[in-house]
Amino acid sequence: MSAPLLEVRDLKMHFPVKSGFFSLTKVWNFAVDGVNLTINPGETLGLVGESGCGKSTLGRCISRLYEPTAGEVLFKGINLAGMSHRQLLPYRQNIQMIFQDPMESLNARHTVGEILEEPFLIHGIGNAQSRRQSVSKLLDTVGLPGRSASRYPFEFSGGQRQRIGIARAIALKPELIICDEPVSALDVSIQSQILNLLMDLQKEFNLAYLFIAHDLAVVKHISDRVAIMYLGKIVEQASSNEIYHRPFHPYTQSLISAIPIPDPHHTATRILLKGDVPSPISPPSGCAFHTRCPKASASCQHKAPILEPVAPEHIAACHFAEAP
Amino acid sequence: MTKPLLSVTGLTTEFQTDEGLVRAVDGVSFDLPPGGTLGIVGESGCGKSVTALSIMGLLPRPNGNIRSGKIHYQGEDLAAADTTRLQRIRGNEISMVFQEPMTALNPVHTIGRQLTEVVAIHTNQSPDEQIRTAVAMLQRVGIPAPELRMTEYPHQLSGGMRQRVVIAIALICEPRLLIADEPTTALDVTIQAQILDLISSLQKDFGMAMIMITHDLGVIAETCEQVVVMYAGQVVEQGSVFDIFDRPKHPYTQGLLRSIPKLTDIPKQPLDIIPGMVPSLHDLPVGCRFANRCQHRAAECDDAGLIVDAVTEAHTVRCLKWRQL
Repeated sequence: MSAPLLEVRDLKMHFPVKSGFFSLTKVWNFAVDGVNLTINPGETLGLVGESGCGKSTLGRCISRLYEPTAGEVLFKGINLAGMSHRQLLPYRQNIQMIFQDPMESLNARHTVGEILEEPFLIHGIGNAQSRRQSVSKLLDTVGLPGRSASRYPFEFSGGQRQRIGIARAIALKPELIICDEPVSALDVSIQSQILNLLMDLQKEFNLAYLFIAHDLAVVKHISDRVAIMYLGKIVEQASSNEIYHRPFHPYTQSLISAIPIPDPHHTATRILLKGDVPSPISPPSGCAFHTRCPKASASCQHKAPILEPVAPEHIAACHFAEAP
Repeated sequence: MTKPLLSVTGLTTEFQTDEGLVRAVDGVSFDLPPGGTLGIVGESGCGKSVTALSIMGLLPRPNGNIRSGKIHYQGEDLAAADTTRLQRIRGNEISMVFQEPMTALNPVHTIGRQLTEVVAIHTNQSPDEQIRTAVAMLQRVGIPAPELRMTEYPHQLSGGMRQRVVIAIALICEPRLLIADEPTTALDVTIQAQILDLISSLQKDFGMAMIMITHDLGVIAETCEQVVVMYAGQVVEQGSVFDIFDRPKHPYTQGLLRSIPKLTDIPKQPLDIIPGMVPSLHDLPVGCRFANRCQHRAAECDDAGLIVDAVTEAHTVRCLKWRQL
């Protein structure tokens, strides 16, 4: 097996939260709490979880928009965690991001041409003429007309803006792109266009994706492997087919059963979870899922399960992990 | 056949904008029997929410206006009703649940006050009775410790709990019709499952009819009996949930169903797509509005006067070519 492109080791991101009288008490939000994962070149790892589970924070730690509290982010074996901005600069070309809302992630006062030229300027690549050529080539790659370069983001629809966001992310020929909910703000018919574009670009440039989303059907479709996250920890990870057909963790099982199926003949046998996701500020003791878990027993409150192999290439963190 | 509870015919709603008059809803017609469930599905800007606001008489004034058409609710035309009459109907006979529970609730009033307000307006219960009604309703929508929640404010609740409160407010006067506009879109999938489960069990208990507005075909398949598919302000296809999912006739409905990733798909295969995008409401074609994205487009599709054709008595489609597809 080839060496992984990215390896995350025991990554932690704890945010300080002030609370109490005059905000004097300092408590911690355990947004990401000990995550291990690997991504191979040209591979898509899907990361699924509900709001507040830490999936976006994890993505931002890897792209070093956040400085992680602890742990290692090894890109081709080099630890990016703890590097200074200057040290990081050469690696930033290789790890790019696509955000959920392209309207908020594109500068409204710059033309699309300026937005797409900026990565080349920052990294001092080419001259004015070659940069213009690169911009028009990028627009062509993502399926936008060449005249778009002189227009502003507001003149485009949501799907086209996401294409601009993708063009910016692939400008410097990165090897890894962190896609943070890239299609959840888009309409159904546009969503499939963008997913196809991402899959085409992956083949063309041998890109690796960390694809973060809450929609398991979308993630399953685009990913080679899928990791399920709950309250700052990965609870299960397997190939996308395996995780759908043989989920071992009760959370994954309920997550899959909760998805509404677009087939009126399908009768859902739903595992309804009780209550809401607990706050990551004071996560439950033992297994963080025990407060909502249909299988929880007394021991789950005290003993935190660790990720263990349950089948080939399939890990899950549950004392009672079993296939359905 | 039973008389419909709600019958919408030729509803046309227009908005005055800076760039001129925009027809957001164009000739929408459908019937809803008492206790029935109708889904309206479509993408952003297709007019599904404006249809709901027109029925509720909640169009933003003075820019939004019902140009023509009738909204018969139990024989009464709501499109012609005055504000006082609509206020008596809203919340009492017809209620609405909105997408974003945080903006639907008043942040500076307690949950209790927002619930009892509805009861006070529509019934002549004493204040003590109002509180009992409110607590019972919170209990019914599955809110733990309802007495305590009565004194709390919306920001103290989670998203799922807030949506339960919004549902409690909508149902406290036991309306005959509930309009749910993307009620679960802002929620996580496990919470969405809880809320959909709650809505359908309440619907059964109260015997109320429901209009479910959503972009999610999964939610439609699971909750609705009748389905209306909208595109660029018009109804393009209408029928039973089985007609729409098993025998879709309109190329847009077919494309929509094919383009969504399904859990049963083989991963990493290219998805079927609908090319292009929805035309702007400012600049609509005279013929079929879907023609520019349709792979079955023929010359006559661009002519004016496209009519709605009946596939069966209960299944209609706005397409010239559906027989050949």
